[in-house]
Amino acid sequence: MGVGRSPTGKTDPLDRVVVVGASLAGTRAAEALRREGFTGRLTLVGDEAHQPYDRPPLSKQFLAGTWDEERIRLRVGDELDAEWRLGVRAVGLDTGAREVELAGGERVPYDGLVIATGAAPRTLPGVELEGVFVLRTLDDSIALKKALAGATRVAVLGAGFIGCEVAATCRGLGLEAALVDIFDHPLFRVLGAEMGAVCGRMHAEHGAELHMGVASERIEGDGGRATGITLADGTFVAAEVVVVGIGVTPATEWLAGSGLTIDDGVVCDETCAAIGVEGVPIEGVVAAGDLARWTNPLFGRAMRLEHWTNAAEQADHAAARLWSGPEVGPFAPVPYFWSDQYDAKIQLVGIPGPDVQVLEGSVEERKFVAGYGEGGRLVGALGFSSPRRLMQYRALVEQRAPFPPT
Amino acid sequence: MRVVVDFDACMSNAVCMGLAPEVFEVRDDGFLYVLQEEPPEELRQKVVAAERACPTQAITIED
Repeated sequence: MGVGRSPTGKTDPLDRVVVVGASLAGTRAAEALRREGFTGRLTLVGDEAHQPYDRPPLSKQFLAGTWDEERIRLRVGDELDAEWRLGVRAVGLDTGAREVELAGGERVPYDGLVIATGAAPRTLPGVELEGVFVLRTLDDSIALKKALAGATRVAVLGAGFIGCEVAATCRGLGLEAALVDIFDHPLFRVLGAEMGAVCGRMHAEHGAELHMGVASERIEGDGGRATGITLADGTFVAAEVVVVGIGVTPATEWLAGSGLTIDDGVVCDETCAAIGVEGVPIEGVVAAGDLARWTNPLFGRAMRLEHWTNAAEQADHAAARLWSGPEVGPFAPVPYFWSDQYDAKIQLVGIPGPDVQVLEGSVEERKFVAGYGEGGRLVGALGFSSPRRLMQYRALVEQRAPFPPT
Repeated sequence: MRVVVDFDACMSNAVCMGLAPEVFEVRDDGFLYVLQEEPPEELRQKVVAAERACPTQAITIED
């Protein structure tokens, strides 16, 4: 039960699919199911009330005011024929009874379930002060944009993607921006030290004030309004606006007690099927996007990616898994992310590795491609403002080419 | 079919080029060039894949 096609090849229809999460992964999974041939009842549940929208512009064009809400809407196929439950939160899952429990007590039955509830931003004490923001949702970006209009100095806590892009956007708006991170370089986790340092130099050259390698001690406030951040070394970074960009955690609280294996995300097998506590796939349940921790055979390891491209691609695969069963095969993508900061385009195909080598271009001009190696194998390639050159390494990563490339 | 690109949304990710190089080319100047605005039907699957994979939703395939 719960599989689109039976082993005899006779179509055994999925009658009722519920997709929990109505952002990129959820909507793409829904579209993919219809494309596969699903004609039954399709329900999407999303806790945000907005029509589905795209998140990457929230730290860039939308925040800067050059794009409006209409511009960031996700294009969802008109023929989707689905029941939309937006502004509704899922609070529980009963895999035995095959029901999703919604806030308010309603139970929604399914024979196929896509879990795509994404991730939520980590917060710190002080986040409740006026002038302090996290940035994940459209509402966050609207509020932050409004605050920036009345500010001169912004302090950004966390130099990951969100932090770096917000700092760059603020500099573009003519605001002073201070970037704080516990690691020595921006984007250290995704780029490593050598390449993270290139990113750091770029921010410094664009006038961002860097405080790297130091923890933040406390977000300071006066009369309920943020005044800045005190760092662990005693430095006080004054700011009217503080953005907390210290990462996200997978939104799996609603799955507690559901029988799914939860370990920094929903644990899935290679095919994106959710695994139960016995270590066996739970029939009729798949996961995709920021919260899916699945085994990627291309790299022989479990991974959970917070990349846009992964949400889109994994959603397609998860839908195919739901429809066709395990014979759909493994999800073995070459991961991809991009980040636009100032006039630079930073792109990575694959994953970072312990060994780095610049392969072409000029680091000084910040127009180059660098390869990442692990055990003599090319596992990833990083491009700075070199999209054409960078894309050519995607195939090499997929082919498990040697590192350094010959 | 007709390939329409929103060049304001296009951020030259070149994902499209990776999927349908017969139709999409990001050159060394960093700009996207659409090589065939009305590609032949046999390229439909690749071109639709590029439309879906574009990280900034800049591609629309019109029939």
